[in-house]
Amino acid sequence: MAYRGMTAETISISGHNGDKISAYVARPQGSGPFPGVVLIHHNPGWDEFYCETTRKFAHHGYAAISHNLFQRAGEGRSDDVAAKVRAEGGIPDAQAIGDTEGAVKWLRAQSWLNGKVGVFGTCSGGRLAFLFACHTKSINCVAELWGGRVVMKKEELTPKMPTAPIEFTKNLSCPILGLFGNEDAAPTPDQVNQHEAELKKHGKNYEFHRYDGAGHGFFYYDRPMYRVEQALDGWKKVFAFYEKHLGK
Amino acid sequence: MCTSVVEVCSAEGAGKGDGSWFAVTSAVVSYDHPHHALLEDAITIDFVNPELGPGARAAVEITLESAKALAAALARAIAGAEEMEGRRGL
Repeated sequence: MAYRGMTAETISISGHNGDKISAYVARPQGSGPFPGVVLIHHNPGWDEFYCETTRKFAHHGYAAISHNLFQRAGEGRSDDVAAKVRAEGGIPDAQAIGDTEGAVKWLRAQSWLNGKVGVFGTCSGGRLAFLFACHTKSINCVAELWGGRVVMKKEELTPKMPTAPIEFTKNLSCPILGLFGNEDAAPTPDQVNQHEAELKKHGKNYEFHRYDGAGHGFFYYDRPMYRVEQALDGWKKVFAFYEKHLGK
Repeated sequence: MCTSVVEVCSAEGAGKGDGSWFAVTSAVVSYDHPHHALLEDAITIDFVNPELGPGARAAVEITLESAKALAAALARAIAGAEEMEGRRGL
C-alpha cells in the first residue's frame, strides 16, 4: 500500500467583517493539486465529529477546512460553547455566511488547491450550507445533509434568522446533493418535498436521496441515530458527487 | 439545534459543574440533540452564568418522560415549600 500522510492543524482565518476565527484544516501531504471542501459544523458545536470528518475528507484526497462558527461565544469545551450559543438563540445567518466565505477565500488562496471548492454540512450545518450556496458564486457544489429549518414557519423567524433559506432557492449558484432520512422530524419528509419542489421550479441542478429506516443524523456513529447501511451508502453518494463536480 | 424549543429564565443560586461551584444566573431549557445522552432529542437543562464563560454550566440531558416527572416533582416541592413558608409567616 502506498504511503499516505496528512497534515492537520488549527489555523486562524478572517471571517465575517474580518473577525479572526479558528479553523481546523486537514489535507494530504504533498503539493497537490487537491480539491477543496469547506465543512459547516452543526449546532452541537465545532466538535470532535467535525474534526474527524475534516480528516476523513483529507484521507480521501481533499483539502478540507472546518471553521468555528461559534468563535464569538468564547473558548471552552465544544458542548459548553454550543450550549451558550443555544441560549443566545443561535448565531446570525449573515455572520455564518460571512465566516464561510472567509473559509472559501482561505482555500482559494492556497497554491495546492485545484481551483474547485465544495461545501458540506449536516443538520443546522446543512441548512447553512444551502443558505451559503444561495448567497455566493465562489463554490462549485454543495452537499446538504438533513438540513433542518430550510423550510421555516413565519413564527420561527428571528432577527438572527430573518428569512427561511428556501426563499433564496432561485439564487442557488451550483449543483446540490441532498441526503435525508425519511423518519426525520426536522426536516420532515414533507419539508424535503417542498425543498425539492422549489429546486425543480427554478430549474436547479439537484440530486436528492431519501433513506428509509433512517431519521436525523444517521452519519453520527457515536449517536443512537447512526444507521450503518444508510451512512455507508450516503458517503458513497457524497464522494461520487464531489468527484463529479470538484474533479479529483 | 434543528428545533426552536428553547426557554430561558433567570435563576439565582449556585451550581456545580466540572468539579467546582459557581454562582448561577440563569437556566436554559430546550428540546434538542443531546451531546451525551443516547437519545435523538432530549430535554436539556443548563444552569449557567454567561459572565463566567461557556464552562460555567451545570447540565443534564433527560428523556421527555423524565422531564415530565421532574416538572411534577418540582411542582410538588414548590407547593410544599410555599406551605412551609406560609407557616413561617404566621
